[in-house]
Amino acid sequence: MKKIEAIIQPHKIEEVKEALKKIGIDGMTITEVRGHGRQKGHKEVYRGMEYQVDLLPKVKIELVVPGGRAEEVIKTLADAARTGKIGDGKIFVFDVAEAIRIRNDDRGEIAL
Amino acid sequence: MTRLSLLFLSLCSFAAAQSAPDLEKRLADLEKAAKAAQTAGDNSWMLTSSALVLMMTGPGLALFYGGLVRRKNVLSTMMHSFVLMAVVSVLWAVVGYSIAFDEGNPFFGGLKYLFLNGVGADPNGDYAGTIPQATFMVYQLMFAIITPALISGAFAERIKFSGMLLFTTLWLLIVYLPMAHMVWGKNGFLGATWGKIPTFDFAGGTVVHITSGVSALVCALYLGKRKGFGTDPMRPHSLVLSTVGACLLWVGWFGFNAGSALAANALATSAFVATHFATAAAALGWMVAEWMKTGKPSILGAISGAVAGLVAITPASGFVTPMPAMLIGLIAGVVCYLMVSVVKSKFGYDDALDAFGVHGIGGTIGAILTGVFATKEVNDLRMGMPMGLIDGNAGQVVNNMIGAAIAWGLAIVGTLVILKVCDAVTGVRADETAEIDGLDLSMHGEEGYNFEA
Repeated sequence: MKKIEAIIQPHKIEEVKEALKKIGIDGMTITEVRGHGRQKGHKEVYRGMEYQVDLLPKVKIELVVPGGRAEEVIKTLADAARTGKIGDGKIFVFDVAEAIRIRNDDRGEIAL
Repeated sequence: MTRLSLLFLSLCSFAAAQSAPDLEKRLADLEKAAKAAQTAGDNSWMLTSSALVLMMTGPGLALFYGGLVRRKNVLSTMMHSFVLMAVVSVLWAVVGYSIAFDEGNPFFGGLKYLFLNGVGADPNGDYAGTIPQATFMVYQLMFAIITPALISGAFAERIKFSGMLLFTTLWLLIVYLPMAHMVWGKNGFLGATWGKIPTFDFAGGTVVHITSGVSALVCALYLGKRKGFGTDPMRPHSLVLSTVGACLLWVGWFGFNAGSALAANALATSAFVATHFATAAAALGWMVAEWMKTGKPSILGAISGAVAGLVAITPASGFVTPMPAMLIGLIAGVVCYLMVSVVKSKFGYDDALDAFGVHGIGGTIGAILTGVFATKEVNDLRMGMPMGLIDGNAGQVVNNMIGAAIAWGLAIVGTLVILKVCDAVTGVRADETAEIDGLDLSMHGEEGYNFEA
Protein backbone atom coordinates (compact mmCIF):
# COMPACT_ATOMS: atom_id res chain seq x y z
CA MET A 1 0.00 0.00 0.00
CA LYS A 2 1.18 3.50 -0.76
CA LYS A 3 0.23 6.75 0.82
CA ILE A 4 0.10 9.60 -1.66
CA GLU A 5 0.38 13.09 -0.23
CA ALA A 6 -0.08 15.90 -2.69
CA ILE A 7 0.14 19.64 -2.01
CA ILE A 8 -1.68 21.50 -4.77
CA GLN A 9 -3.13 24.88 -5.72
CA PRO A 10 -6.46 25.43 -3.89
CA HIS A 11 -8.36 26.21 -7.09
CA LYS A 12 -7.39 22.83 -8.57
CA ILE A 13 -9.08 20.71 -5.91
CA GLU A 14 -12.35 20.14 -7.78
CA GLU A 15 -10.58 19.04 -10.98
CA VAL A 16 -8.35 16.66 -9.04
CA LYS A 17 -11.30 15.15 -7.18
CA GLU A 18 -13.19 14.63 -10.43
CA ALA A 19 -10.19 13.02 -12.16
CA LEU A 20 -9.58 10.64 -9.25
CA LYS A 21 -13.26 9.72 -9.12
CA LYS A 22 -13.12 8.77 -12.81
CA ILE A 23 -10.42 6.15 -12.13
CA GLY A 24 -12.36 4.87 -9.14
CA ILE A 25 -10.61 6.57 -6.23
CA ASP A 26 -13.26 7.84 -3.82
CA GLY A 27 -11.55 8.13 -0.45
CA MET A 28 -9.29 10.98 0.43
CA THR A 29 -8.57 13.47 3.19
CA ILE A 30 -8.17 17.14 2.41
CA THR A 31 -6.61 19.87 4.56
CA GLU A 32 -6.25 23.59 3.96
CA VAL A 33 -2.60 24.37 4.58
CA ARG A 34 -0.12 27.20 4.14
CA GLY A 35 3.41 26.95 2.92
CA HIS A 36 5.95 27.97 0.41
CA GLY A 37 8.51 26.41 -1.86
CA ARG A 38 10.06 28.04 -4.86
CA GLN A 39 7.00 30.19 -5.51
CA LYS A 40 7.58 33.70 -4.23
CA GLY A 41 4.93 35.27 -2.00
CA HIS A 42 3.47 38.72 -2.43
CA LYS A 43 3.63 42.14 -0.81
CA GLU A 44 0.75 43.61 1.20
CA VAL A 45 0.64 47.24 2.36
CA TYR A 46 -1.43 48.41 5.33
CA ARG A 47 -1.28 52.15 6.00
CA GLY A 48 2.23 52.33 4.61
CA MET A 49 3.46 49.25 6.50
CA GLU A 50 4.75 46.64 4.06
CA TYR A 51 4.42 42.96 4.78
CA GLN A 52 6.00 40.22 2.71
CA VAL A 53 3.50 37.36 2.72
CA ASP A 54 5.29 34.16 1.71
CA LEU A 55 3.15 31.51 3.35
CA LEU A 56 0.59 30.94 0.65
CA PRO A 57 -2.64 28.98 0.90
CA LYS A 58 -2.48 25.45 -0.51
CA VAL A 59 -4.55 22.29 -0.25
CA LYS A 60 -3.09 19.02 0.95
CA ILE A 61 -4.64 15.76 -0.30
CA GLU A 62 -3.85 12.49 1.43
CA LEU A 63 -4.92 9.14 0.09
CA VAL A 64 -3.80 5.54 0.49
CA VAL A 65 -4.05 3.17 -2.50
CA PRO A 66 -3.07 -0.45 -3.26
CA GLY A 67 0.60 -0.51 -4.27
CA GLY A 68 -0.23 -1.59 -7.84
CA ARG A 69 -2.35 1.45 -8.50
CA ALA A 70 0.03 4.09 -7.16
CA GLU A 71 1.61 5.12 -10.46
CA GLU A 72 -1.74 5.49 -12.20
CA VAL A 73 -3.13 7.59 -9.35
CA ILE A 74 -0.04 9.77 -9.19
CA LYS A 75 -0.21 10.44 -12.94
CA THR A 76 -3.93 11.24 -12.85
CA LEU A 77 -3.49 13.54 -9.88
CA ALA A 78 -0.50 15.36 -11.34
CA ASP A 79 -2.16 15.84 -14.72
CA ALA A 80 -5.28 17.30 -13.12
CA ALA A 81 -3.38 19.61 -10.77
CA ARG A 82 -0.91 20.92 -13.31
CA THR A 83 -1.06 24.50 -14.65
CA GLY A 84 2.58 24.56 -15.71
CA LYS A 85 3.44 27.51 -13.51
CA ILE A 86 5.61 27.75 -10.40
CA GLY A 87 3.45 26.98 -7.37
CA ASP A 88 1.66 23.91 -8.73
CA GLY A 89 2.87 21.93 -5.74
CA LYS A 90 4.44 18.55 -5.00
CA ILE A 91 3.53 14.89 -4.52
CA PHE A 92 5.17 12.65 -1.92
CA VAL A 93 4.76 8.87 -1.83
CA PHE A 94 5.18 6.72 1.32
CA ASP A 95 5.02 3.02 2.05
CA VAL A 96 2.16 2.13 4.36
CA ALA A 97 2.69 -0.61 6.96
CA GLU A 98 -0.93 -1.35 7.75
CA ALA A 99 -4.47 -0.10 7.18
CA ILE A 100 -7.32 -0.83 9.61
CA ARG A 101 -11.00 -0.13 9.19
CA ILE A 102 -12.17 0.92 12.65
CA ARG A 103 -15.77 -0.22 12.14
CA ASN A 104 -15.06 -3.93 11.67
CA ASP A 105 -11.31 -4.34 12.12
CA ASP A 106 -10.68 -5.18 8.42
CA ARG A 107 -6.98 -5.15 7.74
CA GLY A 108 -4.78 -4.55 4.69
CA GLU A 109 -5.93 -3.47 1.22
CA ILE A 110 -9.49 -4.55 1.92
CA ALA A 111 -9.68 -1.78 4.51
CA LEU A 112 -8.89 0.95 1.96
CA MET B 1 -69.67 101.94 -0.07
CA THR B 2 -67.73 103.90 2.55
CA ARG B 3 -70.62 103.69 4.90
CA LEU B 4 -70.84 99.97 4.44
CA SER B 5 -67.13 99.37 5.14
CA LEU B 6 -67.34 101.66 8.18
CA LEU B 7 -70.18 99.61 9.49
CA PHE B 8 -68.20 96.45 8.87
CA LEU B 9 -65.16 97.79 10.72
CA SER B 10 -67.11 98.88 13.71
CA LEU B 11 -68.81 95.52 13.83
CA CYS B 12 -65.43 93.86 13.82
CA SER B 13 -63.99 95.99 16.58
CA PHE B 14 -67.16 95.41 18.57
CA ALA B 15 -66.65 91.68 18.18
CA ALA B 16 -62.98 91.96 19.16
CA ALA B 17 -63.79 94.01 22.22
CA GLN B 18 -66.38 91.46 23.17
CA SER B 19 -63.93 88.52 23.04
CA ALA B 20 -60.63 90.12 24.10
CA PRO B 21 -59.91 87.77 27.01
CA ASP B 22 -60.98 84.87 24.84
CA LEU B 23 -58.52 85.91 22.12
CA GLU B 24 -55.72 86.33 24.60
CA LYS B 25 -56.28 82.82 25.86
CA ARG B 26 -56.35 81.49 22.33
CA LEU B 27 -53.10 83.33 21.58
CA ALA B 28 -51.46 81.86 24.66
CA ASP B 29 -52.71 78.41 23.69
CA LEU B 30 -51.35 78.88 20.19
CA GLU B 31 -47.98 79.97 21.57
CA LYS B 32 -47.93 76.93 23.81
CA ALA B 33 -48.83 74.65 20.93
CA ALA B 34 -46.12 76.18 18.71
CA LYS B 35 -43.56 75.70 21.46
CA ALA B 36 -44.66 72.12 22.03
CA ALA B 37 -44.41 71.47 18.30
CA GLN B 38 -40.87 72.82 18.21
CA THR B 39 -39.89 70.77 21.23
CA ALA B 40 -41.37 67.70 19.60
CA GLY B 41 -39.33 68.27 16.44
CA ASP B 42 -36.08 69.22 18.15
CA ASN B 43 -36.32 66.57 20.82
CA SER B 44 -36.98 63.77 18.37
CA TRP B 45 -33.91 64.73 16.34
CA MET B 46 -31.75 65.07 19.45
CA LEU B 47 -32.80 61.69 20.84
CA THR B 48 -32.10 60.16 17.43
CA SER B 49 -28.71 61.91 17.34
CA SER B 50 -27.88 60.64 20.83
CA ALA B 51 -28.52 57.08 19.72
CA LEU B 52 -26.50 57.63 16.53
CA VAL B 53 -23.51 58.88 18.51
CA LEU B 54 -23.67 55.88 20.85
CA MET B 55 -23.71 53.66 17.76
CA MET B 56 -20.37 55.21 16.74
CA THR B 57 -18.68 53.64 19.76
CA GLY B 58 -20.53 50.35 19.68
CA PRO B 59 -20.53 48.79 17.21
CA GLY B 60 -18.84 51.43 14.99
CA LEU B 61 -15.47 51.98 16.64
CA ALA B 62 -15.43 48.51 18.21
CA LEU B 63 -15.64 46.96 14.73
CA PHE B 64 -13.29 49.46 13.11
CA TYR B 65 -10.57 48.92 15.70
CA GLY B 66 -11.41 45.26 16.26
CA GLY B 67 -10.74 44.39 12.64
CA LEU B 68 -7.39 46.20 12.63
CA VAL B 69 -5.77 44.10 15.37
CA ARG B 70 -4.53 40.52 15.22
CA ARG B 71 -7.12 37.83 15.80
CA LYS B 72 -5.86 37.09 19.33
CA ASN B 73 -6.77 40.64 20.43
CA VAL B 74 -10.10 41.21 18.72
CA LEU B 75 -12.26 40.83 21.81
CA SER B 76 -10.06 42.92 24.10
CA THR B 77 -10.02 45.71 21.53
CA MET B 78 -13.80 45.63 21.17
CA MET B 79 -14.07 45.52 24.95
CA HIS B 80 -12.05 48.74 25.22
CA SER B 81 -14.87 50.48 23.37
CA PHE B 82 -17.78 48.58 24.86
CA VAL B 83 -16.80 48.82 28.50
CA LEU B 84 -16.59 52.60 28.20
CA MET B 85 -20.25 52.67 27.22
CA ALA B 86 -20.84 51.47 30.77
CA VAL B 87 -18.02 53.12 32.73
CA VAL B 88 -18.40 56.61 31.30
CA SER B 89 -22.19 56.52 31.61
CA VAL B 90 -21.98 55.87 35.35
CA LEU B 91 -19.30 58.54 35.83
CA TRP B 92 -21.33 60.98 33.76
CA ALA B 93 -24.44 60.58 35.90
CA VAL B 94 -22.51 60.87 39.16
CA VAL B 95 -20.12 63.77 38.45
CA GLY B 96 -19.29 64.11 34.75
CA TYR B 97 -22.20 66.15 33.48
CA SER B 98 -21.93 68.58 36.36
CA ILE B 99 -18.20 69.17 35.91
CA ALA B 100 -18.61 69.72 32.19
CA PHE B 101 -21.78 71.78 32.10
CA ASP B 102 -22.45 73.44 35.45
CA GLU B 103 -21.23 77.03 35.30
CA GLY B 104 -18.38 76.80 37.84
CA ASN B 105 -15.34 78.76 36.71
CA PRO B 106 -14.03 79.18 33.13
CA PHE B 107 -11.92 75.99 33.40
CA PHE B 108 -13.94 73.62 35.53
CA GLY B 109 -17.65 73.22 36.06
CA GLY B 110 -19.48 73.16 39.37
CA LEU B 111 -21.28 70.55 41.41
CA LYS B 112 -24.88 71.69 40.91
CA TYR B 113 -25.84 68.74 38.69
CA LEU B 114 -24.12 66.08 40.80
CA PHE B 115 -26.12 62.82 40.56
CA LEU B 116 -28.09 64.54 37.78
CA ASN B 117 -29.75 66.69 40.39
CA GLY B 118 -32.27 68.99 38.66
CA VAL B 119 -31.59 67.56 35.22
CA GLY B 120 -35.02 66.69 33.88
CA ALA B 121 -37.74 67.75 31.48
CA ASP B 122 -37.12 71.51 31.79
CA PRO B 123 -34.77 72.91 29.15
CA ASN B 124 -31.50 74.55 30.13
CA GLY B 125 -31.63 77.85 28.22
CA ASP B 126 -27.86 78.29 28.36
CA TYR B 127 -27.39 75.35 26.03
CA ALA B 128 -30.57 74.26 24.30
CA GLY B 129 -33.78 76.08 25.06
CA THR B 130 -36.18 73.83 23.18
CA ILE B 131 -35.31 70.37 24.47
CA PRO B 132 -35.40 68.83 27.95
CA GLN B 133 -32.07 69.26 29.73
CA ALA B 134 -32.05 65.49 30.18
CA THR B 135 -31.87 65.13 26.39
CA PHE B 136 -28.95 67.55 26.21
CA MET B 137 -27.30 65.68 29.08
CA VAL B 138 -27.62 62.25 27.46
CA TYR B 139 -26.52 63.60 24.07
CA GLN B 140 -23.34 65.03 25.58
CA LEU B 141 -22.76 61.75 27.41
CA MET B 142 -22.36 59.94 24.11
CA PHE B 143 -19.46 62.26 23.22
CA ALA B 144 -17.79 61.54 26.55
CA ILE B 145 -18.06 57.80 25.79
CA ILE B 146 -16.43 57.83 22.39
CA THR B 147 -13.56 60.17 23.27
CA PRO B 148 -11.59 57.86 25.59
CA ALA B 149 -12.57 54.93 23.35
CA LEU B 150 -10.69 56.61 20.49
CA ILE B 151 -7.48 56.54 22.56
CA SER B 152 -7.67 52.76 22.79
CA GLY B 153 -6.35 52.59 19.23
CA ALA B 154 -2.93 53.61 20.55
CA PHE B 155 -2.60 51.09 23.37
CA ALA B 156 -4.36 48.18 21.68
CA GLU B 157 -2.84 44.71 21.92
CA ARG B 158 -0.66 45.45 24.94
CA ILE B 159 -2.54 47.24 27.74
CA LYS B 160 -3.57 45.65 31.00
CA PHE B 161 -7.35 45.77 31.40
CA SER B 162 -7.36 47.08 34.98
CA GLY B 163 -4.87 49.76 33.98
CA MET B 164 -7.05 50.70 31.04
CA LEU B 165 -10.11 51.11 33.27
CA LEU B 166 -8.28 53.30 35.78
CA PHE B 167 -6.61 55.29 33.01
CA THR B 168 -9.83 56.11 31.17
CA THR B 169 -11.66 56.99 34.40
CA LEU B 170 -8.98 59.46 35.48
CA TRP B 171 -8.56 60.73 31.92
CA LEU B 172 -12.24 61.55 31.68
CA LEU B 173 -12.11 63.53 34.92
CA ILE B 174 -8.81 65.32 34.37
CA VAL B 175 -8.61 65.88 30.62
CA TYR B 176 -12.02 65.49 28.97
CA LEU B 177 -14.35 67.22 31.41
CA PRO B 178 -12.27 70.40 31.84
CA MET B 179 -11.74 70.61 28.07
CA ALA B 180 -15.46 70.14 27.37
CA HIS B 181 -16.23 72.78 29.98
CA MET B 182 -13.75 75.27 28.55
CA VAL B 183 -15.19 74.96 25.05
CA TRP B 184 -18.89 74.26 25.59
CA GLY B 185 -19.66 74.95 29.26
CA LYS B 186 -21.42 78.13 30.39
CA ASN B 187 -18.79 80.88 30.63
CA GLY B 188 -16.08 78.45 29.54
CA PHE B 189 -12.69 79.98 28.79
CA LEU B 190 -12.79 79.06 25.09
CA GLY B 191 -16.57 79.36 24.53
CA ALA B 192 -17.60 80.61 21.09
CA THR B 193 -20.00 83.22 22.47
CA TRP B 194 -18.95 83.92 26.04
CA GLY B 195 -15.29 82.82 26.21
CA LYS B 196 -12.26 84.98 27.01
CA ILE B 197 -10.72 83.54 23.85
CA PRO B 198 -13.68 82.58 21.67
CA THR B 199 -12.87 79.48 19.64
CA PHE B 200 -15.12 77.76 17.14
CA ASP B 201 -15.48 74.05 17.77
CA PHE B 202 -18.90 73.04 16.55
CA ALA B 203 -18.96 69.34 17.37
CA GLY B 204 -15.75 68.56 19.20
CA GLY B 205 -12.68 68.73 16.97
CA THR B 206 -10.71 70.12 19.88
CA VAL B 207 -12.67 68.63 22.77
CA VAL B 208 -12.91 65.12 21.33
CA HIS B 209 -10.32 64.56 18.64
CA ILE B 210 -7.31 66.62 19.65
CA THR B 211 -7.54 65.53 23.29
CA SER B 212 -7.94 61.85 22.41
CA GLY B 213 -5.47 61.85 19.52
CA VAL B 214 -2.68 63.61 21.40
CA SER B 215 -3.26 61.50 24.50
CA ALA B 216 -3.03 58.47 22.23
CA LEU B 217 0.44 59.51 21.13
CA VAL B 218 1.53 59.93 24.75
CA CYS B 219 0.14 56.46 25.57
CA ALA B 220 1.92 54.89 22.60
CA LEU B 221 5.23 56.46 23.63
CA TYR B 222 4.80 55.64 27.32
CA LEU B 223 3.74 52.02 26.81
CA GLY B 224 6.38 51.33 24.19
CA LYS B 225 6.08 49.15 21.13
CA ARG B 226 4.16 45.93 20.94
CA LYS B 227 6.35 42.88 21.32
CA GLY B 228 7.61 41.94 17.89
CA PHE B 229 6.83 45.33 16.37
CA GLY B 230 8.74 45.71 13.13
CA THR B 231 9.67 42.02 12.91
CA ASP B 232 6.49 40.00 13.41
CA PRO B 233 3.68 40.50 10.93
CA MET B 234 0.93 42.63 12.49
CA ARG B 235 -1.56 42.68 9.68
CA PRO B 236 -5.18 43.61 10.40
CA HIS B 237 -6.99 40.32 10.97
CA SER B 238 -10.25 41.39 9.31
CA LEU B 239 -10.69 44.45 7.15
CA VAL B 240 -14.24 43.22 6.65
CA LEU B 241 -15.04 44.15 10.26
CA SER B 242 -13.15 47.43 9.90
CA THR B 243 -15.08 48.41 6.79
CA VAL B 244 -18.44 47.72 8.42
CA GLY B 245 -17.25 49.72 11.43
CA ALA B 246 -16.12 52.67 9.31
CA CYS B 247 -19.50 52.78 7.55
CA LEU B 248 -21.29 52.85 10.90
CA LEU B 249 -18.97 55.66 12.00
CA TRP B 250 -19.84 57.66 8.90
CA VAL B 251 -23.58 57.26 9.52
CA GLY B 252 -23.30 57.84 13.26
CA TRP B 253 -21.28 60.98 12.67
CA PHE B 254 -24.39 62.69 11.30
CA GLY B 255 -25.70 62.54 14.86
CA PHE B 256 -22.38 63.83 16.14
CA ASN B 257 -22.12 66.84 13.83
CA ALA B 258 -25.67 67.64 12.68
CA GLY B 259 -26.91 66.88 16.20
CA SER B 260 -24.54 69.52 17.54
CA ALA B 261 -26.96 72.15 16.24
CA LEU B 262 -29.00 70.97 19.27
CA ALA B 263 -32.17 71.44 17.22
CA ALA B 264 -33.79 70.11 14.06
CA ASN B 265 -33.09 73.32 12.19
CA ALA B 266 -31.38 74.57 9.04
CA LEU B 267 -28.01 74.67 10.82
CA ALA B 268 -28.33 70.94 11.46
CA THR B 269 -28.89 70.40 7.75
CA SER B 270 -25.89 72.54 6.91
CA ALA B 271 -23.69 70.55 9.29
CA PHE B 272 -25.05 67.28 7.89
CA VAL B 273 -24.25 68.34 4.32
CA ALA B 274 -20.77 69.66 5.17
CA THR B 275 -19.98 66.45 7.06
CA HIS B 276 -21.00 64.25 4.20
CA PHE B 277 -19.05 66.02 1.47
CA ALA B 278 -15.92 66.42 3.57
CA THR B 279 -15.93 62.69 4.29
CA ALA B 280 -16.34 61.77 0.64
CA ALA B 281 -13.46 64.05 -0.40
CA ALA B 282 -11.24 62.73 2.39
CA ALA B 283 -11.81 59.09 1.43
CA LEU B 284 -10.80 59.90 -2.14
CA GLY B 285 -7.85 62.03 -0.99
CA TRP B 286 -6.30 59.24 1.07
CA MET B 287 -7.09 56.61 -1.55
CA VAL B 288 -5.53 58.53 -4.43
CA ALA B 289 -2.46 59.56 -2.41
CA GLU B 290 -1.88 55.92 -1.52
CA TRP B 291 -2.54 54.78 -5.08
CA MET B 292 0.14 57.17 -6.33
CA LYS B 293 2.62 56.14 -3.67
CA THR B 294 2.25 52.36 -3.44
CA GLY B 295 0.55 51.58 -6.72
CA LYS B 296 -2.66 50.22 -5.20
CA PRO B 297 -5.78 51.90 -3.79
CA SER B 298 -6.65 49.93 -0.65
CA ILE B 299 -10.02 49.79 1.10
CA LEU B 300 -8.18 50.32 4.39
CA GLY B 301 -6.92 53.56 2.86
CA ALA B 302 -10.37 54.62 1.69
CA ILE B 303 -12.03 53.97 5.07
CA SER B 304 -9.16 55.54 7.01
CA GLY B 305 -9.46 58.61 4.80
CA ALA B 306 -13.19 58.79 5.48
CA VAL B 307 -12.56 58.74 9.24
CA ALA B 308 -9.85 61.41 8.88
CA GLY B 309 -12.33 63.57 6.98
CA LEU B 310 -15.05 63.04 9.59
CA VAL B 311 -12.58 64.11 12.26
CA ALA B 312 -11.41 67.21 10.42
CA ILE B 313 -14.90 68.44 9.54
CA THR B 314 -16.17 67.98 13.10
CA PRO B 315 -15.19 71.43 14.44
CA ALA B 316 -16.07 73.11 11.13
CA SER B 317 -19.35 71.35 10.33
CA GLY B 318 -21.63 74.05 11.70
CA PHE B 319 -19.62 76.95 10.30
CA VAL B 320 -18.69 76.18 6.69
CA THR B 321 -20.37 75.81 3.30
CA PRO B 322 -20.06 72.58 1.30
CA MET B 323 -17.13 73.54 -0.96
CA PRO B 324 -14.74 74.55 1.83
CA ALA B 325 -15.95 71.41 3.63
CA MET B 326 -14.77 69.28 0.71
CA LEU B 327 -11.44 71.09 0.73
CA ILE B 328 -11.03 70.46 4.46
CA GLY B 329 -11.77 66.78 3.90
CA LEU B 330 -9.38 66.48 0.99
CA ILE B 331 -6.52 68.10 2.92
CA ALA B 332 -7.18 65.90 5.96
CA GLY B 333 -7.27 62.75 3.84
CA VAL B 334 -3.93 63.43 2.19
CA VAL B 335 -2.11 64.81 5.24
CA CYS B 336 -3.30 62.03 7.57
CA TYR B 337 -2.18 59.46 5.02
CA LEU B 338 1.31 60.96 4.88
CA MET B 339 1.30 61.15 8.67
CA VAL B 340 0.63 57.46 9.27
CA SER B 341 2.59 56.08 6.32
CA VAL B 342 5.65 58.31 6.21
CA VAL B 343 6.07 60.36 9.39
CA LYS B 344 5.10 57.57 11.81
CA SER B 345 7.60 55.12 10.38
CA LYS B 346 10.31 57.79 10.49
CA PHE B 347 9.80 58.30 14.22
CA GLY B 348 9.12 54.63 14.84
CA TYR B 349 6.51 54.98 17.63
CA ASP B 350 3.88 52.25 17.76
CA ASP B 351 0.51 53.99 17.58
CA ALA B 352 -1.05 50.62 16.84
CA LEU B 353 -4.25 51.76 15.12
CA ASP B 354 -3.21 55.34 14.30
CA ALA B 355 -5.35 57.16 16.82
CA PHE B 356 -2.86 60.03 16.80
CA GLY B 357 -2.27 60.11 13.06
CA VAL B 358 -5.99 60.28 12.32
CA HIS B 359 -7.57 62.00 15.33
CA GLY B 360 -4.71 64.13 16.64
CA ILE B 361 -3.59 65.37 13.24
CA GLY B 362 -7.06 65.41 11.63
CA GLY B 363 -8.45 67.28 14.65
CA THR B 364 -5.70 69.89 14.54
CA ILE B 365 -6.12 70.42 10.80
CA GLY B 366 -9.86 70.81 11.38
CA ALA B 367 -9.40 73.30 14.23
CA ILE B 368 -7.16 75.56 12.15
CA LEU B 369 -9.22 75.31 8.96
CA THR B 370 -12.41 76.07 10.91
CA GLY B 371 -10.84 79.42 11.77
CA VAL B 372 -10.15 79.89 8.08
CA PHE B 373 -13.46 78.87 6.52
CA ALA B 374 -16.07 79.76 9.16
CA THR B 375 -18.64 82.08 7.63
CA LYS B 376 -21.62 84.05 8.91
CA GLU B 377 -23.49 82.85 5.86
CA VAL B 378 -23.79 79.50 7.67
CA ASN B 379 -23.64 80.49 11.32
CA ASP B 380 -24.17 84.10 12.35
CA LEU B 381 -22.86 83.55 15.85
CA ARG B 382 -21.23 86.97 16.05
CA MET B 383 -24.37 88.87 15.02
CA GLY B 384 -23.31 90.09 11.61
CA MET B 385 -19.62 90.39 12.43
CA PRO B 386 -17.19 88.37 10.28
CA MET B 387 -16.64 84.81 11.48
CA GLY B 388 -13.49 83.24 9.99
CA LEU B 389 -10.57 84.34 7.84
CA ILE B 390 -12.60 84.21 4.61
CA ASP B 391 -15.13 86.55 6.23
CA GLY B 392 -12.27 88.91 7.09
CA ASN B 393 -11.65 87.84 10.69
CA ALA B 394 -8.08 86.55 10.59
CA GLY B 395 -7.92 86.57 14.39
CA GLN B 396 -10.22 83.55 14.49
CA VAL B 397 -7.44 81.37 13.09
CA VAL B 398 -5.23 82.47 15.97
CA ASN B 399 -7.99 81.87 18.51
CA ASN B 400 -8.61 78.40 17.18
CA MET B 401 -4.89 77.67 17.27
CA ILE B 402 -4.78 78.76 20.91
CA GLY B 403 -7.72 76.46 21.65
CA ALA B 404 -5.92 73.60 19.90
CA ALA B 405 -2.68 74.36 21.77
CA ILE B 406 -4.48 74.29 25.12
CA ALA B 407 -5.98 70.92 24.20
CA TRP B 408 -2.54 69.61 23.18
CA GLY B 409 -0.98 70.85 26.43
CA LEU B 410 -3.72 69.50 28.68
CA ALA B 411 -3.67 66.16 26.86
CA ILE B 412 0.10 65.75 27.08
CA VAL B 413 0.50 66.77 30.71
CA GLY B 414 -2.72 65.16 31.94
CA THR B 415 -2.09 61.85 30.18
CA LEU B 416 1.50 61.62 31.39
CA VAL B 417 0.52 62.24 35.00
CA ILE B 418 -2.37 59.77 34.79
CA LEU B 419 -0.18 57.09 33.22
CA LYS B 420 2.37 57.49 36.03
CA VAL B 421 -0.39 57.11 38.62
CA CYS B 422 -1.89 54.08 36.88
CA ASP B 423 1.52 52.49 36.52
CA ALA B 424 2.00 52.77 40.27
CA VAL B 425 -1.49 51.56 41.19
CA THR B 426 -2.47 48.85 38.71
CA GLY B 427 0.32 48.77 36.13
CA VAL B 428 -0.53 49.65 32.55
CA ARG B 429 1.38 47.30 30.31
CA ALA B 430 0.39 43.66 30.07
CA ASP B 431 3.22 41.30 31.00
CA GLU B 432 5.07 39.53 28.23
CA THR B 433 3.27 36.18 28.39
CA ALA B 434 -0.11 37.89 28.48
CA GLU B 435 0.82 39.89 25.41
CA ILE B 436 2.14 36.87 23.51
CA ASP B 437 -0.95 34.78 24.35
CA GLY B 438 -3.14 37.70 23.27
CA LEU B 439 -5.20 39.89 25.55
CA ASP B 440 -8.42 38.04 24.73
CA LEU B 441 -7.22 34.92 26.45
CA SER B 442 -4.98 36.47 29.10
CA MET B 443 -7.25 39.33 30.24
CA HIS B 444 -10.72 38.04 29.47
CA GLY B 445 -10.42 34.25 29.23
CA GLU B 446 -12.13 34.13 25.87
CA GLU B 447 -11.35 33.83 22.18
CA GLY B 448 -13.00 35.69 19.33
CA TYR B 449 -13.07 32.78 16.91
CA ASN B 450 -13.63 29.30 18.27
CA PHE B 451 -13.35 27.15 15.17
CA GLU B 452 -13.92 23.90 16.96
CA ALA B 453 -17.03 25.18 18.72
